[in-house]
Amino acid sequence: MSSQHTVEQTRPDQVRQPMVRAQNVRKSFGSVEVLKGISLEVQPSEVMCLVGPSGSGKSTFLRCINHLEAVNGGRLYVDGTLVGYEERGGRLHELHPRHAAAQRRDIGMVFQRFNLFPHMTALGNIVEAPIRVRKESKRSAVANGRELLERVGLAAHELSYPAQLSGGQQQRVAIARALAMRPKLMLFDEPTSALDPELVGEVLDVMRSLAETGMTMIVVTHEMGFAREVGDHLVFIDDGVVVEAGDPRSVLADPQHERTKSFLSKVL
Amino acid sequence: MSQGDKDVLTEPGDERISAVPLPRPGRWVAAAVILVLLALFLYGAATNSAYQWTTYWQYLFDQRIAQAALVTIELTVIAMTIALVVGVASAVMRLSDNPVLSGVAWLYIWIFRGTPVYVQLVFWGLLTSIYQEVDLGIPFMVQFTSLSTESWLTPFAAAVIGLGLNQGAYTAEIIRAGVSSVDDGQREASVALGMSWSQTTGRIVFPQAMRVIIPPFGNEFIGMLKTTSLVIAVPFTGDLYTQSQQIAAVLYRPIPLLLVASTWYLAITTVLMVGQHYLEKRFSRGVAGGAARVKDSVTPTDAPAELPLRDGR
Ligand SMILES: Nc1ncnc2c1ncn2[C@@H]1O[C@H](COP(=O)(O)OP(=O)(O)OP(=O)(O)O)[C@@H](O)[C@H]1O
Ligand SMILES: [Mg+2]
Repeated sequence: MSSQHTVEQTRPDQVRQPMVRAQNVRKSFGSVEVLKGISLEVQPSEVMCLVGPSGSGKSTFLRCINHLEAVNGGRLYVDGTLVGYEERGGRLHELHPRHAAAQRRDIGMVFQRFNLFPHMTALGNIVEAPIRVRKESKRSAVANGRELLERVGLAAHELSYPAQLSGGQQQRVAIARALAMRPKLMLFDEPTSALDPELVGEVLDVMRSLAETGMTMIVVTHEMGFAREVGDHLVFIDDGVVVEAGDPRSVLADPQHERTKSFLSKVL
Repeated sequence: MSQGDKDVLTEPGDERISAVPLPRPGRWVAAAVILVLLALFLYGAATNSAYQWTTYWQYLFDQRIAQAALVTIELTVIAMTIALVVGVASAVMRLSDNPVLSGVAWLYIWIFRGTPVYVQLVFWGLLTSIYQEVDLGIPFMVQFTSLSTESWLTPFAAAVIGLGLNQGAYTAEIIRAGVSSVDDGQREASVALGMSWSQTTGRIVFPQAMRVIIPPFGNEFIGMLKTTSLVIAVPFTGDLYTQSQQIAAVLYRPIPLLLVASTWYLAITTVLMVGQHYLEKRFSRGVAGGAARVKDSVTPTDAPAELPLRDGR
């Protein structure tokens, strides 16, 4: 990230730099506009919960934040750095893949379907990127990986392959894998949606304790209990726009918009 | 049956069911008929003088035959190495976004898969008369050196190039299928961790693709062993089949030498099968029955049954 200087010097509100700042973010697939101008800010150490109906663009927005998808309009900044582009001479230039990868490694991502590497053990999954990308020594990566496994309650499973773990255990390994890169921001895309109901709690517990350590998190979820309890902010997205945002407790208790009301009546 | 199921089972009695097996007379009859036929055939073969078993034993370990078997193995291994290199390259080209690259790869696969390997071998043999010299240099400008084609395109070289390029077209498709079989989520997770294209390909995608690639590639390897018997088309005569036929022609005894060659082909195939088995085991690490626990994930279809299950059984 250090290689991206630029625009930020001219920003007016330098004192309070948000971890994520989306300004009128647009994204289309072909002729279909999926994100129709999303603006929001996430402050450091904040937990933002994104909710919304299926197909509203939540995953797409998360994927834009770490440039798995390129935005077509607006600006997206993470920790003050423009995502995916570089502004030079008043024009945006596509980022070299190497720089895009460098941006991503500071952003952890947890997927609905875990996406653990099935040919590597739990510990192997965790140390892979620190060793290959951060060039950590094997010894320190393994030590740190064991610590992380302990943190997510899986110290006994470091030699298990993903297929030998339950869904909840796999997702906890996936969280540990993301944390091993020492990210400053964690993105969760419906981390508990693929889990059997009795396994949801163990994953939410890990996320809750992560939030307590001050990690900045954006969580796409249908777990309103988690949003109410852990979320600092709740954003309701529908059809590619932010319909309503605010304190989770008040939004959930007293939604202002019709669309929010009808959505919440279905999931609560 | 785990311990938890016991409660349910106590009611009708604890013991294992020992039911009277269903009689299957049809199977016994079929097995008996086949065994009798097989015995008759073996007896006939052993006593039929046309097989000339003394000649068979005499030439089974003949020095020329053993030498030719070695040449056949060389042809196979070198041709498959060429096929692998060319196959990986054209699979990558086929999967690339660049239309020129993927078009060229498509053209290569189209031509080399669409014409008989025998014809291709004849063509490679004729190449020395089509192109008599190869110029090295910058086209139309400087010429560093000029090589006569015959000096490097020996019949052996023409044979391995011909076999390898033909096989490469098939290998490319095997590799492409293997790479496409890897769930997109794997690539995505890898990229999200900040891994580069080559790290993602080499560490994440390729090892998983191998599981899908090895069984058909192993088959192709065994197939290549036998396809080498066509190199007489070049013409190259050092291989097992051609050598055995040359001996047979001198002796006027084709049948025992066919059997000799077949025995060697079978022996080498058996060794290759063992190797394939171990490679498959090596690359199916982490794929056990437990994968089914991931809801609606792509469940591996061909997980070998002998892998330990998750209870450590
Ligand atoms: N790569 C793509 N190509 C084309 N269309 C896409 C692509 N990715 C997403 N879409 C479309 O964009 C829309 C928003 O998808 P997205 O996955 O962001 O929704 P979501 O809010 O995450 O929904 P869900 O709750 O079902 O996960 C959908 O209509 C989807 O079909
Ligand atoms: Mg989604």
